Amino acid sequence: MWGAGVSIAKTHAKPEPYLLAGEFWQGVRDSLPVALSVVPFGLTCGVMGLTVGLTFLETVSMSVLVFAGAAQFISMTMLGAGITAFSLIVLTTLLINLRHLLMGASLAPYMARLPMPLQAVLAFGLVDETYALIMNRILVKEYSPGYQMGCNVNFYLVWVASTAAGVFLGGYIPDPLAWGLDFALPALLMALLIPRLADRPSYFACVVSALVAVLGALYLPGKWYIIIACLAASAVGGFMEGECGSAR
Amino acid sequence: MRGEIFLIIAGMAIATYFTRFACLVLFRAGGVPGWLERWLKHVPTAILTSLIVPALLLPRGALDLSLSNNYLLAGCVAAVTAYKTRNVIATMVLGLIVMLALCWISR
Repeated sequence: MWGAGVSIAKTHAKPEPYLLAGEFWQGVRDSLPVALSVVPFGLTCGVMGLTVGLTFLETVSMSVLVFAGAAQFISMTMLGAGITAFSLIVLTTLLINLRHLLMGASLAPYMARLPMPLQAVLAFGLVDETYALIMNRILVKEYSPGYQMGCNVNFYLVWVASTAAGVFLGGYIPDPLAWGLDFALPALLMALLIPRLADRPSYFACVVSALVAVLGALYLPGKWYIIIACLAASAVGGFMEGECGSAR
Repeated sequence: MRGEIFLIIAGMAIATYFTRFACLVLFRAGGVPGWLERWLKHVPTAILTSLIVPALLLPRGALDLSLSNNYLLAGCVAAVTAYKTRNVIATMVLGLIVMLALCWISR
């Protein structure tokens, strides 16, 4: 595949630098197709920011500082619905991103030997896609911080640039809401949800979440139904997961 | 930039970074306990569902299960497209086309 630059890394003997340029560019090249597939999300993110009444600076700085697609979409949906409670948005962000804990935990054994500042920088770029890429790299070869950095930088730049482009393009669509363009978000989330429904625990988590969310949306104030549905459904999914595990 | 919005963005940034870095510090040697791993596994499914379903069934804040609910109809098309193609762009484009068509018809 991209084998050309690999042998260079081997020639460096013992005081091995952590970030090899060859490994970095390998990461950039390998992550390019996946990074490009994220462009529509970034564009949507920019358009959404505009739709819910955020300024260019606010929308782009969210992509620069937070760099988490799902959390950004969801917080903008909440802001659009008039929810500006700091604690509610930050708590929801925390819940949405809890999966990073798991990704971080599985990378911890590989990253433990790196200096702490480098670990801290690499952690910022830990998103679903870069995680998938670095785990694949570990599977086929070995862990490489340079490779991980290449994936991270590539993804980050594409995400921020496509968000900015989305804000500019969004300005040319007259009143997006009147055309039902707010449907873009449920459609986008649907495309992320469906592939997750692969076994019994995930079906049950989905059904429980749907029921609790609808009941909560009808009878609870604000958007607390999101957190309550999430806690209830993931607990049910986790419980069933445990049942299946002990049966085997 | 409004101060209130900036505070929210900063809070989100800190919360997100915490989730990315905490486990590198915490689980350097041991690994995640099994019960927590099972629980965390279904968080994305749960949260995605809790966002999609009310958006489709209660687009105006009240339960609407009628055929005049464009969000519900377009949502069904998006679900089938996502299932058949497993493609994000196809799901969004087809869903939005159906949504725009329904909005145009029901004007």
